Amino acid sequence: MKRVQFAVLAATAALILGACGSAGDDENPVDTKVDDNAASQFEDGTAMKAIAESGKVRIGVKFDQPGLGFKSAGDDQPAGFDVEMAKIVAAKLGISADKVEWVETISDNREPFLQKGTVDFVFASYSITDDRRKVVGQAGPYFLTGQQLLVKKGSDIKGVDDIKGKEVCSVTGSTSLKQVEEKGAKARGFETYSQCRDQVLDGGVDSMTTDGSILLGYAALNPDELEVVGEPFSEERIGMGYSQDKPELCQFLTDTIQEAMDNGDWAKAFEGTLGKSGAETPTPPTMDACA
Amino acid sequence: MQVLIDNFDKLLDAFGKTFQLFVVAGFLSLIFGTMLAAMRVGPVKVLDRAAALYVTIFRNTPLLVLLLLVVFGFPKLDIRLGFFWMNILALTMYTSTFVCEALRSGVNSIPLGQAEAARSIGLGFTQTMRNVVLPQSFRAVVPPLASVLIALTKNTSLCSIFGIAEGTAAMKALLNDNTADLWPIVIGIALGYIIIVELISGAAALLERHWRIA
Repeated sequence: MKRVQFAVLAATAALILGACGSAGDDENPVDTKVDDNAASQFEDGTAMKAIAESGKVRIGVKFDQPGLGFKSAGDDQPAGFDVEMAKIVAAKLGISADKVEWVETISDNREPFLQKGTVDFVFASYSITDDRRKVVGQAGPYFLTGQQLLVKKGSDIKGVDDIKGKEVCSVTGSTSLKQVEEKGAKARGFETYSQCRDQVLDGGVDSMTTDGSILLGYAALNPDELEVVGEPFSEERIGMGYSQDKPELCQFLTDTIQEAMDNGDWAKAFEGTLGKSGAETPTPPTMDACA
Repeated sequence: MQVLIDNFDKLLDAFGKTFQLFVVAGFLSLIFGTMLAAMRVGPVKVLDRAAALYVTIFRNTPLLVLLLLVVFGFPKLDIRLGFFWMNILALTMYTSTFVCEALRSGVNSIPLGQAEAARSIGLGFTQTMRNVVLPQSFRAVVPPLASVLIALTKNTSLCSIFGIAEGTAAMKALLNDNTADLWPIVIGIALGYIIIVELISGAAALLERHWRIA
């Protein structure tokens, strides 16, 4: 009995320590030029002018998605594709990356954070949906991804057709979880993606599912044990969130990202983050027009 | 409101899971908690100490920590119980300590003379407990036990982040798909819990009336 208790304790310790591991990736793939007199470019009374003049911007990103938005305990800056996009937007407002206040957002609190003004923008693998556009503003998409499966190497799951009756995890309440449930899998919800990934590594569940871009990030961290299998079986349009009270932000965000797509910064951001897992740089998607 | 009606089958299914967690964990906790209480009040010192140690450890550990230990620790040790039983195990480990303490307070409320009288007519410890002490103490502890079970019902919401698609998980899923309908969803889910809790309160009130001293 004692031995089992000790083993459980050791397992917990390993769990906690494991969470502290560093991704070791805090370069700046995009050489963003910060505009010194950014404030003068914007019209009076706009949200852009207000942010540029205050010199402070709060951006909501995820901290637990390697490759997109990831920050380990030791880092002072998050890193990833979402973060690079956010840095490009901040630079346009005259704010350098180290002056940005990075706020951790999880899937559940993105809308409240935008509505209450806790953050100015959200760059957090935020898929654009009609329902979300009823309560917050969403510009983009700046990236297209689709739901895929992450499994332990050598698993007999080769694609979405093999998940019937299998245990598949994701974040509680997510669209991804609903999708696999409809395909006959036993859906297992956890609080974070990393908890779900741990269950895959330990064999607690058979597979993990969410956007392929997120899964690629995890596979890149554990290339010997994990792999992404199958074709994407849904399409997610990743966009930027802003408050509906500041509709002028839509055009600003769209123009800024369009510029990055045109001058190659977008591709550089991809290559320096998600591209590291071996994925090819895609063609930038066409963004929606602002209403 | 419409969102709740449209997803009524899903809600029913999710609260079925909540109810299942409550019934199974509640039943096991009552049994295990009664055993612990018997050990605590029994004459065997070793059992008393062991039960006291168990209660001290598990009553003072947050349920979330217990769930983390079981749901993330067991797969690392290659112990496979399935998610339902892992959650039930953690809920039972935790809740049974409160059942034990509630019962113990009930036993302590029975005058010592009752046990002495039982012994003097030749009943052994088990018989004394089963026929004299426990029935009376159960009557005394209906209200606190109902509170423990109500707390258990609400504690099952933690299972939503440990692989069980119960009521709270359904709320998160509905909110994800219907961001605009925040209030109807939150209030609807709260109502679901209130209904289950009211069932427990009602049962407790019935028992109290049934066992009232004439």
